[in-house]
Amino acid sequence: MAQTGIGGIQQYNYDIIKKFAIMTLVWGLLGMTAGVYIASELAWPFLNFDIPEITFGRLRPVHTTLVIFGFGGSALFATSYYVVQRTCQTRLYSDWMAGFTFWGWQAAVALGAMSYMFGYTQAREYAEFEWPIDLIILVTWVVYFTLYIQTVRRRSQPHIYVANWFYIAFILVIALLHIFNNLAVPVGLFSLKSYSLFSGVQDAMTQWWYGHNAVGFFLTAAFLGMMYYFVPKQAGRPVYSYRLSIVHFWSLAFLYMWVGAHHLHWTALPDWTSTLAATFSIMLLLPSWGGMINGIMTLSGAWDKLRTDPIMLFLITSLSFYGMSTFEGPLMSLKSVNALSHYTDWTVGHVHSGALGWVAMVSFGSFYHMVPRLYETRMYSTRLIYLHFWLATVGIVLYITSMWVAGIVQGLMLRSFDDYGNLSYTFVESVAFLHKPYVWRALGGLFFVSGVAVMAYNMFMTIRRSRVEAAELEARIAAKMARA
Amino acid sequence: MIKHESIETNAGLLIILTLIVVSIGGLVEIVPLFYIDDTIEEVEGVRPYTALELRGRDIYQREGCYLCHSQMIRPFRDELLRYGHYSLAAESQYDHPFQWGSKRTGPDLARVGKKFSNEWHVAHLVNPRDVVPQSIMPNYPWLLGTDLDYSDVQDRMRALKATGVPYSETQEEYDTNATEFGLEVADQLDILRAEENLMQQALAGNYDGQRSRITEMDALVAYLQVLGTMVDFSKYDEGYFAEFR
Repeated sequence: MAQTGIGGIQQYNYDIIKKFAIMTLVWGLLGMTAGVYIASELAWPFLNFDIPEITFGRLRPVHTTLVIFGFGGSALFATSYYVVQRTCQTRLYSDWMAGFTFWGWQAAVALGAMSYMFGYTQAREYAEFEWPIDLIILVTWVVYFTLYIQTVRRRSQPHIYVANWFYIAFILVIALLHIFNNLAVPVGLFSLKSYSLFSGVQDAMTQWWYGHNAVGFFLTAAFLGMMYYFVPKQAGRPVYSYRLSIVHFWSLAFLYMWVGAHHLHWTALPDWTSTLAATFSIMLLLPSWGGMINGIMTLSGAWDKLRTDPIMLFLITSLSFYGMSTFEGPLMSLKSVNALSHYTDWTVGHVHSGALGWVAMVSFGSFYHMVPRLYETRMYSTRLIYLHFWLATVGIVLYITSMWVAGIVQGLMLRSFDDYGNLSYTFVESVAFLHKPYVWRALGGLFFVSGVAVMAYNMFMTIRRSRVEAAELEARIAAKMARA
Repeated sequence: MIKHESIETNAGLLIILTLIVVSIGGLVEIVPLFYIDDTIEEVEGVRPYTALELRGRDIYQREGCYLCHSQMIRPFRDELLRYGHYSLAAESQYDHPFQWGSKRTGPDLARVGKKFSNEWHVAHLVNPRDVVPQSIMPNYPWLLGTDLDYSDVQDRMRALKATGVPYSETQEEYDTNATEFGLEVADQLDILRAEENLMQQALAGNYDGQRSRITEMDALVAYLQVLGTMVDFSKYDEGYFAEFR
């Protein structure tokens, strides 16, 4: 490569970050397109086309897997490798281990998505990977952990920077969750099918302990790690409060692990468990907002950047959505609210205000900061970053408002009685009502994925230009050498 | 008191403390569920699935039905009127994995068994809009055209047995089942007779309306028709199940 020729041996391993960054965009585009498609299937069921592989039930795990593990996971690998090298001022401990995590992770995501389309699934939400893929993930994760910790141990700074605490907690917890939630007995050595070790109520509790902490550590703690590096960097200011980052790290790590059972309110799970989970869910508001405040206040004294810097706009908006969805979450974990919201699209909207508003937006902002630095150039177009920002924001607003309408109205319809004490509506009447919100939701998704397409184009042109620039530089040096 | 600096400068300490902090919640909430007796209600009638129902349940999972249909009725008046008695933990005690679900794009299915005829289910699965015009469920016509593969049904039952489901292989296990569930059910739980049982149930039940063959539709409808039917609630006093909540 041209750049390597000029720079000599690189101080940091940027190649692995570039690979993960590119795959982040690939999976993002594919996964979000799948999302728009399944959203459209709900609005217009003929889109299932009687093709087993693309019916809603098989494609929905494809969507969630590609966006959570493909897009989100690759973004976390990319940024964690960037952050750990920059903050520890050392190169990754091992290049082959880094490469191994790349291929292991990409293989798991690709095989997982394909296996669902062909009907192989554990039927556990967000943990649908069947057992051989679970094993690939496990090995990849052990290598990731080893690589990360060994790199931290090689740091040339005495302190481990706060972003790394969050990444380390994320790696540890995901290992714990992955192992215990995927305990299963395979039907045979050559069968893809397995049955979970636990059943019924214990299985439900384990699954939502997993499910909610996948949100808490995969989609929150790790992205907070991202936030703790890229927000101060882009703002050019130190983190607002060091003390707040300590308090909110430990309280977040402790409290999150209790709240999973709020997904099981009013079910056959004993009341003591779900009440405990609801209590901790409310307490969780404090560390969540501690993190948000720490991020947003980092910009204090430099608020004018919001007018001139679209990357800052992405980062601060993501924190605002983080604050909003971590307020909505405790609200929905109250038993009385949950009685209405559970089983409805309100939950779907809530997840997406977190996933699109927080996770995706903070990743976009971080990537616009990071990718040009990886390629030693500037972003191809600032106006396209603005365009992306507005497409994404409009998309999210359409998405979550339509899902509020869908969820709250459906919840109210289903619990409504007439004067004689009979149910006012049949179930399918509430389904008929959902059509319009589903159309608006699909439109919102379309806006959002268009934004990602704009970003992908912008990134592609940036990378291409960096190659041209590097070639020109080389030519100039060569010419100078020839003259000499 | 230790200074936070000592954690920030020591990766090993950071890892150990993090592990301790994140383990407490899960330990407190999950482990007791395996030991507190009241977690699962004492109730008669709940049995493991027959071979045919089990294969139906596999298909239910394969098609991702759980993503739009819950199997968990909550103790609310509207749900009582719409679906029936709230779900018991006992009713999913043999469900590996549980299928409680998290979203009702379609109605709850925990007690759908015996509420509709087999013919209705077949028509509905082939094209839901034929029987429910406003439905947004996908069509599943291939279930009717695909022969059920039950070549590995014994292996499937053995795997479930390894997780603790009382399918029997030895005479001793069979006898235990006979005492626990009665002879008729004990026969169905016998792994060695699984194929035979499966064929008999499919032919006798004729779930898909085609006598000549055993299709995936047979299995799925057999599964749907047993959902929520195992417990006879008329046998229990009002308030009995509240003791376990």
